[in-house]
Amino acid sequence: MDSSSSSSAAGLGAVDPQLQHFIEVETQKQRFQQLVHQMTELCWEKCMDKPGPKLDSRAEACFVNCVERFIDTSQFILNRLEQTQKSKPVFSESLSD
Amino acid sequence: MEGGFGSDFGGSGSGKLDPGLIMEQVKVQIAVANAQELLQRMTDKCFRKCIGKPGGSLDNSEQSRAEPCAPPLPQKCIAMCMDRYMDAWNTVSRAYNSRLQRERANM
Repeated sequence: MDSSSSSSAAGLGAVDPQLQHFIEVETQKQRFQQLVHQMTELCWEKCMDKPGPKLDSRAEACFVNCVERFIDTSQFILNRLEQTQKSKPVFSESLSD
Repeated sequence: MEGGFGSDFGGSGSGKLDPGLIMEQVKVQIAVANAQELLQRMTDKCFRKCIGKPGGSLDNSEQSRAEPCAPPLPQKCIAMCMDRYMDAWNTVSRAYNSRLQRERANM
């Protein structure tokens, strides 16, 4: 199936594969960037008391730990939600309760 | 001639889209958006750290009482805060990247 020749077609099924790949890569990059923004903001509150002339080693270690714990928290939440969903669905498919 | 971002997406009026040019323009827009995001959060944090009761000018604004150890001069405080925020951002970026690579290696 050659979709590159129909890149000028309006349909979504006829997207240039080069562009498609580009979109996927950039979306991934943006997800990363957004999380960095979010974690920097959160960890700043936890790790930074007084902005000094440079980032001291204690603060730096705090930021690294903060990132790791944030990811751990995120994974924990996903896993637990998946488990509790199996036994007691929170987001019920039937709306006729 | 390509004007601003809204005018020409590499079509040059011929009706045919150039993917290469679109990609370049999108990359620039993404970079600008990220810079704006960084600036917005940095401004928020450094304002909180450095400015207590806002005075008639930056010089006349009180040092933040919640941050007793912040430098007395707001400008100096803001300048240092900006640099530290960038340091923090880079540290977080590196740490997150390492974690992602570790996760991929474990799969």
